Amino acid sequence: MSMIFGVPIAVLSGQLLLGLINGAFYALLSLGLAVIFGLLKIINFAHGAFYMLGALCTVVLFNTLGINYWVALFLAPLIVGTLGILIEYFLLRKIANEDHIYSLLLTFGVALVIQGVLTNIYGVSGMRYAIPEVFRGGVNLGFMFLPYYRAWVIVAALVVCFGTWFMIEKTKLGSYLRAGTENSKLMQAFGINVPLLVSLTYGFGVMLAAFAGVLAAPIYSVNPVMGGNILIIVFAVVVIGGMGSIVGSIFTGLAMGIIEGLTKVFYPEASSTVIFLVMVIVLLVRPAGLFGKEA
Amino acid sequence: MKTMKKLLTAAVASTMIASAAQAAISDNEVRIGYLADMSGTYRDLAGPNGLTALRMAVEDFGGQVNGASIRVVSADDRNSPDVASSTVRQWIEADGVDMVAGMVATSVALAAVNIIEQADKLAIISGSAASSITNEHCTPNHIHYVYDTYPLANGTAKAVVDEGGKSWFILTADYAFGHALEADIERVVTNNGGTVVQKVRHPFPTGDFSSFILQAQSSGADVVGLANAGSDTINAITTAGEFGLTQSGQSIAAMVVFLNDVHALGVDAAQGIQLTTGWYWDMNDETRAWADRFMERTGVRPGMVHAGIYSSTMHYLNAVQATGTDDTQTVRRHMMDTPINDMFATNGIIREDGRMVHDMYLAQVKTPAESTNEWDLYNIVRTIPADEAYRPLSESVCRLVNN
Amino acid sequence: MSTSAIKTHSRKAYLESKQRAARRNMILYGVLVAFALVAPVIFYPVFLMKVLCFALFAIAFNLLLGYVGLLSFGHAAFLATGGYTTGYLLTTYSGFSPEMAIIIATSAATLLGFAFGVVAIRRQGIYFAMITLALAQLVFFFYLQSPFTRGEDGMHGIPRGTLLGFIDLQNNLAMYYFVLAVFIFGFALVQRIVHSPYGHVLKAIKENEPRAISLGYNVDRYKLVAFTISAALAGLAGSVKTIVFQLASLTDAHWHMSGEVILMTLVGGVGTLLGPVIGATFVISLEHQLAQSPVGDWVDVILGVIFILCVLMFRAGFVGEFQKFYKKNFK
Repeated sequence: MSMIFGVPIAVLSGQLLLGLINGAFYALLSLGLAVIFGLLKIINFAHGAFYMLGALCTVVLFNTLGINYWVALFLAPLIVGTLGILIEYFLLRKIANEDHIYSLLLTFGVALVIQGVLTNIYGVSGMRYAIPEVFRGGVNLGFMFLPYYRAWVIVAALVVCFGTWFMIEKTKLGSYLRAGTENSKLMQAFGINVPLLVSLTYGFGVMLAAFAGVLAAPIYSVNPVMGGNILIIVFAVVVIGGMGSIVGSIFTGLAMGIIEGLTKVFYPEASSTVIFLVMVIVLLVRPAGLFGKEA
Repeated sequence: MKTMKKLLTAAVASTMIASAAQAAISDNEVRIGYLADMSGTYRDLAGPNGLTALRMAVEDFGGQVNGASIRVVSADDRNSPDVASSTVRQWIEADGVDMVAGMVATSVALAAVNIIEQADKLAIISGSAASSITNEHCTPNHIHYVYDTYPLANGTAKAVVDEGGKSWFILTADYAFGHALEADIERVVTNNGGTVVQKVRHPFPTGDFSSFILQAQSSGADVVGLANAGSDTINAITTAGEFGLTQSGQSIAAMVVFLNDVHALGVDAAQGIQLTTGWYWDMNDETRAWADRFMERTGVRPGMVHAGIYSSTMHYLNAVQATGTDDTQTVRRHMMDTPINDMFATNGIIREDGRMVHDMYLAQVKTPAESTNEWDLYNIVRTIPADEAYRPLSESVCRLVNN
Repeated sequence: MSTSAIKTHSRKAYLESKQRAARRNMILYGVLVAFALVAPVIFYPVFLMKVLCFALFAIAFNLLLGYVGLLSFGHAAFLATGGYTTGYLLTTYSGFSPEMAIIIATSAATLLGFAFGVVAIRRQGIYFAMITLALAQLVFFFYLQSPFTRGEDGMHGIPRGTLLGFIDLQNNLAMYYFVLAVFIFGFALVQRIVHSPYGHVLKAIKENEPRAISLGYNVDRYKLVAFTISAALAGLAGSVKTIVFQLASLTDAHWHMSGEVILMTLVGGVGTLLGPVIGATFVISLEHQLAQSPVGDWVDVILGVIFILCVLMFRAGFVGEFQKFYKKNFK
């Protein structure tokens, strides 16, 4: 068997594929953050909590109402997105003209409340959610066994990422959005309801997080604290990509998944830290991130 | 008039006797502090329900010892040694707490014990797993009650090797607790004629285990040993199922699995997993009766830590009653001299290193067909006698043991 | 005559009002110090020491956020460096003097702060926050992996030692007055810096950086010095805290700690001298009280609600809001 640095190529290609799948998760989560920051300048520290809510919602919908995965895939983001809109309307709107840091603090408080309440209701041991029937099993690729569900995750995530990019960068709605958040007075004068646009944008970013949560529910332990650890990594992804850059967050999400995957082979202890090393290096070379524009 | 006088003398005399007995209990009150993670990762292991178990013990005891009342204070340690240290210090120095119970994270237990030793008070640790607590970190001021990593690794790993699982891939959580567990597994595996082919350390905590499961698959080992705990273990087992680890002929041996973890995984995902436990609620009439009372108050079945908190609190209060004092060393001596026989343990003995040794049980998670309800989770396969389960004193490096 | 007269007059009034304010502050500080001196009679001294250590930490952080406008998300690294260095020295060399340990630990944090500063200082806003976070995560990884910190278990039983060779710090009261002295030193230092010409330049940078550059100030150097001083004070806080609690653990190095100090400062009032002190007192007392109360498992929820309310209603923090109220009604 051919080897690279003492690791068989077959193993390495398996790790690359898994890295790409994890990267798809990162891309989806960081995309939501990038949309919210890029368009609204809100530093959304509740993003991990919304991701968790998406997953938890899926499990609870199934356990209490017997709602299946495919319905949950739409319903859970809708429910969580609505919650996001309420939070924007009742809380974030009140501090829209203040320094960004207050949005960080406010959403951090929101995350604490959401996590705390759910911990008291559901405990922290986690809940189980079965992989949907169609995706049971997997295919042997020769170098690894690929569960069908993971293949679905990467397809679903990439489709949603591309769709979001297309909508914001290439459609009329997207141009309204960008214009409305850049110069709200002007757009208001043109008869566009900017506050509504802001609410919907925030809700959309939150929906992306919840969607990632639904995708995660069958493969990870679903519990109220599951969003806490991923938050900081996703933030790092957004910063490396360039705060607010849609393409940047998608590309960086995938790339970070792969880098992390390779680290898990060569120096597994550092696999949760490597991303920060990349961040330091990138920011030294490109101060506004890979795809960011210098302010 | 004469009877009146007699009565009066009797009353005075009894008061004097009572006060003589009470004088030995500081502040005429036995104060117990319950310190545990109430809101974080380890909440379900001890947490708020552990406090309920402790309160049940105090109530069953009658709420007082030799006329002195029993007071329970509690605090959330937030898994932080800082918080643990300052809370315990205040309990002892300002609130006159005599005994501290609970404690899960090793760092929390060590921080608390440190303060408790300086003040010569008593700690009864029920939640922590690290066997180092009564080995290199032993003190004359604490007792480690329910379990530790030594019997868990010993019981489970030995059973798996005996059944033919000779070559091992060990997946370790990269922190002190994981490293200790890894060493324990390796020792048991090699001593019983097995080999460790590969060891991989994952960051603590890790969200996605697919990469590590893939490495385990390509290692070709018979057994994948998990030297981690909590959500790491759950995630690793779930991912192993997803990637068909067991279908390809490998098996999983998880060392630190609690009832709440298995409940979270469900019998579908967890069926067949072997584990070692110190107690199970469905073992006999006595355990079931207590578990029923516990469930009435908490809504869940108790794990071994909950039962251990109840049992150890009872044992402590019995010792205070018998000796008539809450003086730490007198009580600890009496607790050591009295074997523990209750719904939790049979002939449990507290050794000089502070380790409470009792029979452990090798259990196997039931199949969905066997399990009749959501808490009907284990088949008890075998009883591991206390002296076989725990680290023998001859191997101890504890300073209280003459080796 | 008129303009120059008005000028002299207003300048005189300005100076007088300044003097009045200074006098008022002196009285306020006097009262606070007097209170701190008798506080251990009323409150539990170890709790007071915890408050003082975190207050010092928050003051250090506020020097950067409040007076230079730089949001660091990596201050935990300095707190932990102070703590671990102290713990290492006091446990490894028996009889090591605490004052030497504090000096060496603070120097270590200062050096680390300088290194962070060199890397981070050219970045702006959120990028500055994130690069400090990334650097602090690398430091966290180092402490997690290094055997001398004993990883997750932490260092325990660190001896408090004997201060200057004759004050036994094992005594809680002696320890308390020493911590108080260190705290007052830190507070006075920041107060001096803020009111010095150097501090005025910092504020100018905060208000309008391009203007400060065009006036010929070497802005980066000013920022770097401020960052290094802030790191040094954070390290000092960590060092003293380790001696008080006799332990050093990863809690101090975790990013949650960096977040906590931001919360303390914001709740108390950014850019005010007393704000971080009040904020630290409030947050520590609250956590302490809640953790031991019957609603203990609701700590996170209650903290979350308080932070939401603070952001919505008292954005300037306790001290900031009070100053606004005072200016509006009494001037």
